[in-house]
Amino acid sequence: MIDDSTVHHVARLARLRLAPDEEHVMGEELSGILEHIDVIRGMDVEGVPPTTHVIALENVLRPDEPRPGLSRDDALREARHVVDDGFGVPRMD
Amino acid sequence: MSLRDLTAAEQVAALAAGKVTSLELVDAHLAAVASDEVGAFLAVDPDRARARAREIDALPERPPLGGVPIGIKDALSTRDLVTTAGSRMLEGFRPVYTATCVQRLEDAGAIVVGKTNMDEFAMGSSTENSAYHPTRNPWDHTRVPGGSSGGSAAAVAQRQVPWSLGSDTGGSIRQPAALCGIVGMKPTYGAISRYGLIAFASSLDQVGPFARTVRDAALLLRHMVGRDPMDSTSLDMPEAIALPVASDLRGLRVGVVDELMGEGVEPGVRDAVGYALRMVEALGGTVVPVSLPTTPLGLATYYVLAPAECSSNLARFDGVRYGPVVDDDTLLDQYERTRGELFGPEVRRRIMLGTFALASGYYDQYYGRAQRVRTLIVREFSAAFDQVDLLASPTSPTVAFPLGARTADPYSMYLADVCTIPVSLAGLPAISIPCGLSGGLPVGLQLAGPAFSENRLLGAAHALEQALAFDTLPPGLVT
Amino acid sequence: MSAYEPVIGVEIHVQLSTRTKMFCGCELSFGDPPNTHTCPVCLAHPGVLPVVNEEAVRRALLIGVALGCEVAPRSIFHRKNYFYPDLPKAYQISQFDIPICGRGEFIAIRDDGSEIRVGITRAHLEEDAAKLTHAGGRRVGAAGSVVDFNRGGTPLVEIVTEPDLRSASDAAVFLRQLRQTLLFLGVSDCSMEEGSMRADANVSIRPVGADQFGTKTELKNMNSFRFLERGIDAEIARQTAILGSGGQVTQETVHFEPETGAITSLRSKEESHDYRYFPEPDLVPLAPDPSWVAELRAGLPELPLPLRRRMVDEMGLTTEDAEVLTDSPALVAYFMEVAAAVDPKAAANWIRGELRAQLREAGQDPWESTVTPARMAALVGLVESGAVSVPAAKEVLAEVISSGTEPADVVEAKGLGQISDEDELAAIVAEIVAANPVQAQQLRDGKDKVIGFFVGKAMAQTGGRADPQAVQRLVRAAVLGQ
Repeated sequence: MIDDSTVHHVARLARLRLAPDEEHVMGEELSGILEHIDVIRGMDVEGVPPTTHVIALENVLRPDEPRPGLSRDDALREARHVVDDGFGVPRMD
Repeated sequence: MSLRDLTAAEQVAALAAGKVTSLELVDAHLAAVASDEVGAFLAVDPDRARARAREIDALPERPPLGGVPIGIKDALSTRDLVTTAGSRMLEGFRPVYTATCVQRLEDAGAIVVGKTNMDEFAMGSSTENSAYHPTRNPWDHTRVPGGSSGGSAAAVAQRQVPWSLGSDTGGSIRQPAALCGIVGMKPTYGAISRYGLIAFASSLDQVGPFARTVRDAALLLRHMVGRDPMDSTSLDMPEAIALPVASDLRGLRVGVVDELMGEGVEPGVRDAVGYALRMVEALGGTVVPVSLPTTPLGLATYYVLAPAECSSNLARFDGVRYGPVVDDDTLLDQYERTRGELFGPEVRRRIMLGTFALASGYYDQYYGRAQRVRTLIVREFSAAFDQVDLLASPTSPTVAFPLGARTADPYSMYLADVCTIPVSLAGLPAISIPCGLSGGLPVGLQLAGPAFSENRLLGAAHALEQALAFDTLPPGLVT
Repeated sequence: MSAYEPVIGVEIHVQLSTRTKMFCGCELSFGDPPNTHTCPVCLAHPGVLPVVNEEAVRRALLIGVALGCEVAPRSIFHRKNYFYPDLPKAYQISQFDIPICGRGEFIAIRDDGSEIRVGITRAHLEEDAAKLTHAGGRRVGAAGSVVDFNRGGTPLVEIVTEPDLRSASDAAVFLRQLRQTLLFLGVSDCSMEEGSMRADANVSIRPVGADQFGTKTELKNMNSFRFLERGIDAEIARQTAILGSGGQVTQETVHFEPETGAITSLRSKEESHDYRYFPEPDLVPLAPDPSWVAELRAGLPELPLPLRRRMVDEMGLTTEDAEVLTDSPALVAYFMEVAAAVDPKAAANWIRGELRAQLREAGQDPWESTVTPARMAALVGLVESGAVSVPAAKEVLAEVISSGTEPADVVEAKGLGQISDEDELAAIVAEIVAANPVQAQQLRDGKDKVIGFFVGKAMAQTGGRADPQAVQRLVRAAVLGQ
């Protein structure tokens, strides 16, 4: 039901490298789970609004007042590659 | 009798009476943590805990929680104390801030002794998905403690700490509490700040207490609830959490959810729950059957919504700002390898499932539809609470299962949360209390109430707990 | 005349100049050392949550109200998911199908006075990305780029227009005037150069008279109005050439290279974008109180276009005066204060002309100089009443700028007041006429222009204090006996 190319596409969207044999197993597992999930596709939900929040809150806003942040040392302390006081990443091509 | 046999409330009282010092309590529990036979902990910081105990012991007046030790699920951010969420992705990660709920407890005088084991990023129902080691059930070391907060549950059952914090997305507090024979509570969504809880599924995640008594759970809850300016979805309780005192259930109407008592529920579990329901009646309550016909769709709904949210929540783990990285020459390779190699199999599976459910062309069929089914489930619960005060069901359809029994089939693991998930989808408060044994293993009773009915829930659970008189000491445990 | 008609819509990102970021309390900063304005929230540490900045909402509503947009009674935030190092959560919190501000309209005015009506599709709130600096070949560790999160999380309003523009110059006029409106609202610095205002254009062409739109491209990388205009023109030319040679335009993102004037394709090997938008569960809906919106609407400042119209129609200014004086809200306020005390046209002339010229050397703007509106009005008043001559007034102005003295005191101290004693002036004139018989004769011969010569002489002799009108009259009287 979920073929290898869909698995490959989704894995790329999610930035997950799967070995080719893992992709196949993943496809089978996802298909198995989706079989169970498909019960909701038979439900009549016409006219039923979606629920994003179970609590009826609105307009939770913060005053535009500065709060103390992190020192640069703390901001960078957990990064593996610190370059020029910033976070280093490899080239993007 | 060891200090570890005191409940948290008893420890607070002993501290207040000057019968014991916080340092003595912390040392007694640290010793039990050090000989961690069940693998409940991932990180322990004895120096910090002891230093804090000395500080509190030196205060002219004890804070409300007196200096009683606590275990914290590794999904909660603790400043400078390694926090991994059970994942290689955060191996060695030292947060720069502390979760609001943990901070509130520390401010109230709780002492963090360590971080407890969990399924990676809270995805699982057995704690076997921890990237570090499994946790064993204190009642039977060949069995799982449940999950995902299995470490927090086992630590309390094993009396390594009198109480602990877990997080519950689809049952991750209630199910391990049931399997370990202790009390676990998931409050109403929004009651406790999620700031500092490493997100799994934002619209479902809630922090909650584990304890050996309902009263202890209430005490811990009392010091965590309330709006936090750092969490837009948090709000104040309509009334303060009270320490429960009820000894009967007169006038209480308890509905038993038909759909959660049938197929898939082990006979021994059904028997123990049935016993508890007869006890409800004996205490003056009434028990009526209730039907929630959409709840059987809860599992499917949950396994669309939670993975979808998780796929987005876990996208930030890329090795750039924190955590380990798998170095490669290009950004794409580095991203894909870091995430592919450092996330475990279940996390990868859920990210894939969630990414798929949100992808162009599938959103309406899956995510959009699941949100609408969720609405139906919310409505059903709401209608049910017009008829009854609380709903009852087993917490888990089974008792603790053997390690490895369900790891090969993801869906069989998902079934462990079939009774807890519908309540999560509705955002309602629920508590699991031990109600008996089946084959020598604990069985949990789940009680759920309307939003913000925590006091009603705790009161009923307390009265029932007294009547059931379940002994939380696992066989063979010597404190 | 080209057989094709361009169809252009624009998307404008405006950084709001709030004190703090969109979803956390970090202060906004420009030019500070990297990663000195961050917190766990804007670094997307595990467990953090966003909280909406109220002032950002207020400014988004203000923009919506000013653009005549429908304000959504209830709008929500969505997550836009994609991986990039400048986006720490790997999703941008934005708005999707229910933005805070819906349809509106903006009317821009061309130089010839004709209108450009541009439909506003929407204006929504979101957060800015961090700054990515390419390490330029230098490899330290695994780094090819470096991320600075100071800018990450800055509040943005994205304004999207309908494809209502039909030329690059109209697009530039629209954007300039939109920018001016935003400046008047005080919501943003709107600097194209510094990136606090950024515009992308969707460009397509179609045969003149056709109903259907052609395939559009998204034109990016234009950090000035000039580049925007040139870029759109270049893209129109490129598309025209493609269609003219029987080809087809590909839907893609293109860049304008200002140095070469070339359009380059950004076609990448990346998979097509699938942003997997879904409602942000960490935030609750925005449902602005209608009374709040009404309050904002009532409190809107006078916006540049109506203001210009009023300046011309009611204050007697030229179109050019009005355009220059509405350059910024501060200049408008300055002018209005001066114009309230003296003749508006005279005020406009002085402010546009001498004041700006003299201040330019000092690198100052009128409203931040020692020439307060009261002093400027006093000076204009002195000239209008004939108490000082124009040349003397210019000298007074220079003194006010350098010393901050009141104009009247400068006139007094330097003796720059006009000689109003007719007898004194008449004596001076008589002297000049006597010393210049040739010019006097020319005047008698009807060469009226030579009067200026005498005025000049009189001014020189009095150090600019003579009233030129009076000198002219006295010269005619002395020479012609009038």
